[in-house]
Amino acid sequence: MPETRTRQTLLVDAKVDAEIRRHGEETYPHECCGALVGTGNRVTATVALPNTTEEGPRRRFMVRPSDYRVAEQKAGELGGDLLGFYHSHPDHPARPSQYDLDHAWPTFAYIIVAVASGKSEAMTVWYLKEDRSAFDEGELNGN
Amino acid sequence: MATKILIPTPLRPFTDKKDAVEAEGKTVGELLADLTAKHSGLKAHLYSAEGKLRSFVNIYVNDEDIRYLQKEQTPIKAGDTVSIIPSVAGGAQTAEAPATLPDLTRDEIKRYSRHLILPEVGMEGQRKLKAAKVLCIGAGGLGSPVAMYLAAAGVGTIGIVDFDVVDFSNLQRQILHATPDVGRPKLTSAKEKLLAMNPHVDVVTHDAALSSENALELFAPYDIIVDGTDNFPTRYLVNDACVLLGKPNAYGSIFRFEGQASVFATKDGPCYRCLYPEPPPPGLVPSCAEGGVLGVLPGVIGCIQATETIKLIIGGGEPLIGRFLIFDALRMKFRELKLRKDPDCPVCGTHPTVKTLIDYELFCGIHPTAPEPTPSGMTEITSVELKKRLDRGDVLTIVDVREPHEYQINRIHGSLLIPLGDIAKRYVELDPSDEIIMQCKVGGRSAKAADFLRSKGFTKVLNLKGGILDWIDKVDPSQPKY
Repeated sequence: MPETRTRQTLLVDAKVDAEIRRHGEETYPHECCGALVGTGNRVTATVALPNTTEEGPRRRFMVRPSDYRVAEQKAGELGGDLLGFYHSHPDHPARPSQYDLDHAWPTFAYIIVAVASGKSEAMTVWYLKEDRSAFDEGELNGN
Repeated sequence: MATKILIPTPLRPFTDKKDAVEAEGKTVGELLADLTAKHSGLKAHLYSAEGKLRSFVNIYVNDEDIRYLQKEQTPIKAGDTVSIIPSVAGGAQTAEAPATLPDLTRDEIKRYSRHLILPEVGMEGQRKLKAAKVLCIGAGGLGSPVAMYLAAAGVGTIGIVDFDVVDFSNLQRQILHATPDVGRPKLTSAKEKLLAMNPHVDVVTHDAALSSENALELFAPYDIIVDGTDNFPTRYLVNDACVLLGKPNAYGSIFRFEGQASVFATKDGPCYRCLYPEPPPPGLVPSCAEGGVLGVLPGVIGCIQATETIKLIIGGGEPLIGRFLIFDALRMKFRELKLRKDPDCPVCGTHPTVKTLIDYELFCGIHPTAPEPTPSGMTEITSVELKKRLDRGDVLTIVDVREPHEYQINRIHGSLLIPLGDIAKRYVELDPSDEIIMQCKVGGRSAKAADFLRSKGFTKVLNLKGGILDWIDKVDPSQPKY
């Protein structure tokens, strides 16, 4: 369970960092989304997923249950666990929205990458508090 | 009978890290109740505060989503496997959907269920309605259906501006008020009716006559203004204040059998002045008190205003922006005129000349001072004076310029009926050497008729101040009023 006293740390391989940024830039001005695969607190691979939202992909993303199943399956094939998901905020800060909070799952790491005018900027990671009241910001690669 | 439930990764910390657990129940609902009883940490993540399964929680029985089966009533058979599968959703904040929308209580969800099952409204739309603040100008013919339907629909804050008391003549159309309310302030009876209908809404009363001094302050806390006024100065005032504050005006007006509706003063849409840059000359368009109105007409037009208000709040459909709807109740026909934003409009155009609220009485040609007196120095006579002169035997010709159907309701004994529209061809029946008293319902039409006679050389013409209504109040209460 997430510790509330100290910030959780998520380690992200350079390859993963680059993949998330590239995905966000490719789909700009729409949001991208994908799964984070690894072990413990280390993300070693990503699984890019289609954004199936019906509410406008500039401001929303949605991973269907069928794609969620694909992600869990791929995680197994890659020899890891499903650690969480990433998505981009086009022209918007890398901070979770109320909408993110309303739809968040516990224990998952949520990486948000800000993409401003097509160029990726800040990347942050967030964990849902156990009482669902808010997110705790984690530390990415100890930064 | 124990049924296997597959648990997704993020929920495994609540099931002792197991990816599958067992629970009992004959339906999905019972099964999940047993599951959350055994693993209490799951409940907050599966169910909302209102006790509904969260929208991003998907329950599958074998390979079927229960949404396409019988939802939580889906029966469980021996050997079924139930899976909890997440949808993962999120996204940046939208400006249009603020995160601070209020939640609905259990009672509200029950009350608004017929809205909630409309995809175009849904929970989000209903929460927008709850967050919305709408100001109704007037609690009369139009204000009644507008406020009642907005309250019923769950518009969270409904403001009403009015300063009038309920009169018997209001009851034929102003359905917020009932017979026992006669003599009470309209605001009092309006608030009672609306809260009785829906105690979940907040009714804010503003006991004031809308004016250039108070309009901007009154409108400021509201999102949408609904114009239900019955006169031109207030109509222009409401329009200009809406444009200056950037608040939409759900407009409606009624007269006899004809009504109009539109949505003015939205960001890119036209305003009332784009349609009517100048008011009509005073007296040209009679008020409902003078011209009459079909009682159900404000019901039709008010419902259109309420519909447009709700559409503006939930953001759906095609609002009545840039379209001017005209309804003819006698022919039962709607016509629609295209309306464009006028770039030269003095209020909402590209170079506006009206930048603050002005004197709208003056703008509409209504002067607070009396009209120019005739050479004799007298233009009016009061009911009491007229009675005194009749009693002492003065010979006076009383000309009633109302319509025949009004004359049937009440009249001054011995008066001669010449409707205003006929006066130009029938004035020759009158003798300029006689003393003539012109009379109508409240004094407006007869003043015009008196001016006409003077223009034809009549010098001994007086207008009965306050018309037949004042006569009945002060002299002859035995007659009915309308």
